[in-house]
Amino acid sequence: MATTVAHHVQHAGLRQEREPLVLGEPTLHDITAKIASIAEEKPSPKYLLALSFTAAIAAWGVGCILYTILTGIGVWGLNNPIGWGWDITNFVFWIGIGHAGTLISAILFLFRQKWRTAINRSAEAMTIFAVICAGLFPLIHVGRIWFAYWLIPYPNQMQMWTNFRSPLEWDVFAVSTYLTVSLIFWFLGMVPDLATLRDVVKNKLAKRLYGLFSLGWSGSMRHWHHYEMAYLILAGLSTPLVLSVHSVVSLDFTAGILPGWHTTIFPPYFVAGAIFSGFAMVMTLLVIAREVLDLKEYITLKHLENMNKIILATGMMVGYAYAMEFFIAQYSGNPYESFVFINRATGDYAWAYWTMVLCNVVSPQVFWFKKLRRNVPLMFIVSILVNIGMWFERFTIIATSLHHDFLPASWGYYTPTWVEVSIFAGTFGIFLTLFLLFAKYIPVIAIAEVKAILPTAQPHHHATHTAMHAHVEHSHGS
Amino acid sequence: MEAKPIATVAEFHDPNAVLAAARAVRERGYTEFDCYTPYPVHGLDRAMGIRRTILPYISFAGGLTGLASALLLQWWTGGFDYKLNIGGKPFFAIQFSVPVDFELTVLICAFFTLFGLLHLCRLPTWWHPLQDDPSFRRATDDTFVVAIFASDPRYTTSGTQELLRSVGGTNVHVHTASQEDQQAVTVD
Repeated sequence: MATTVAHHVQHAGLRQEREPLVLGEPTLHDITAKIASIAEEKPSPKYLLALSFTAAIAAWGVGCILYTILTGIGVWGLNNPIGWGWDITNFVFWIGIGHAGTLISAILFLFRQKWRTAINRSAEAMTIFAVICAGLFPLIHVGRIWFAYWLIPYPNQMQMWTNFRSPLEWDVFAVSTYLTVSLIFWFLGMVPDLATLRDVVKNKLAKRLYGLFSLGWSGSMRHWHHYEMAYLILAGLSTPLVLSVHSVVSLDFTAGILPGWHTTIFPPYFVAGAIFSGFAMVMTLLVIAREVLDLKEYITLKHLENMNKIILATGMMVGYAYAMEFFIAQYSGNPYESFVFINRATGDYAWAYWTMVLCNVVSPQVFWFKKLRRNVPLMFIVSILVNIGMWFERFTIIATSLHHDFLPASWGYYTPTWVEVSIFAGTFGIFLTLFLLFAKYIPVIAIAEVKAILPTAQPHHHATHTAMHAHVEHSHGS
Repeated sequence: MEAKPIATVAEFHDPNAVLAAARAVRERGYTEFDCYTPYPVHGLDRAMGIRRTILPYISFAGGLTGLASALLLQWWTGGFDYKLNIGGKPFFAIQFSVPVDFELTVLICAFFTLFGLLHLCRLPTWWHPLQDDPSFRRATDDTFVVAIFASDPRYTTSGTQELLRSVGGTNVHVHTASQEDQQAVTVD
């Protein structure tokens, strides 16, 4: 292998101050073997147990979705002032979860953050599964789901078109584009790794399937040349896309005149919150995955620490947005606006508001300390708290703004029914089932990308300049 | 019947070596050769003399197509074919069209990028001239493979082998067509 002693010594000199991104100095083949072994080993009883557990939850959720569709959304707790409850909360929650995946795969790629390679594949997978869960909610919320295709502009016998002046229609375009482009990005990134698995797995059926999905990838440098450009372009496209998706989601609220919704801070506030919650979810999943799949050499403490820094930074942004939105509500002099915010903190839903503040603003503060940033059990707990807090943020925005609007006569209160709770739990079942299947059968770490960031992976333009020249001269002479 | 040579194949185990080898092969005037690597090796494309990809132009065309179709779609449906007064808002305006303009630009651009890439790489394919070669199969794992194809005008069985050996190639061998693939060999 390429790890000659000379290279290694020279490199160690160059990068002394940096912690290595991959521990244990694996060779190229070690990386292939490690990732392939996950796919090749027979599923362990523990894995099957976990899979059947999550699949059972998913099945229960799907059952409740069918019950809702067959009976009507009257089985939910929605009522007259509160027409959006858990369903839209869950929609925004899941969409937000997805955003960290795109951030890690696209934005960190453009910023040349090499540490992303260990986690980008699973983060992108998470994005796709989260968007699938998110998309379910508006679809079932429309009530007559068999007419959901009316959301798409197509020539029809009613001679009607969709209303492009509505943010809800923008959402249809934003979310479906997001899902499609994320899928393309994820799949394209995976093609070389599927080819690697195709060439190493023994099982005939697995070989066929990996072969089919790897499209006949050969590793030709002539292909890599186009491929790297395609990857760069898709990263460039995904970056503004991810910022636009949650902005458009926030416009669903801001375009309404409801106090508490009708504010200009929403798009950036939603995007920061989305990245915050998404990173927390990546953290939850990775802490489990690196234990269960034994990937500690690839997903190192350094990766986790970097993510904790991002959680801290975005948590502060979200905290700033809470404070600013409260301040502006008072400063605006608008009595309705002012009332809604005082009511959020002291009214019927104060418990939700303070849960949100505690989880989102207070709990990430522990990450100011390096020791705590590298403490795995602690970061696991904080990531769960942030997930809870971000769910409550969306619930607070939606429910508290709706339940006390302009007229006291139309005030109300909302509690979900068991059906709504079950459907939400069911989406966790769907999400985790898909994630477990992914973690077992799809290269969970971007093999080619990790290989490319090993210290000896790239020709050394500086360190071994003379050695390279010797090679070329030698070839001239021959 | 003697087996027809397809290519001469050499293995390398170091990115520096494969870079030097590619440069040497190119300087000798070979054009129909390729390097197969487990990951993209920086500078190898330039050493091989690969011209800059035209993919960005394809993507750009896709973006323009998306933008144009989004504008046309929103103007034609709301501003022309089915004018519906909603709260006195204009039937069409650039301002409210921006989100959909943006999304469709990105969507169509991504599709053009994907299919443009597949077209430029002639993928998907079911077959590769070297697919039965054991060295070639290790290129997706840990081996850097240089293959000079027999279709190259400068190709000679002995001379090409000697060149690849002289630049440090190991396991240099001629890959011949197996019975099933006794057909014309082309390289994309």
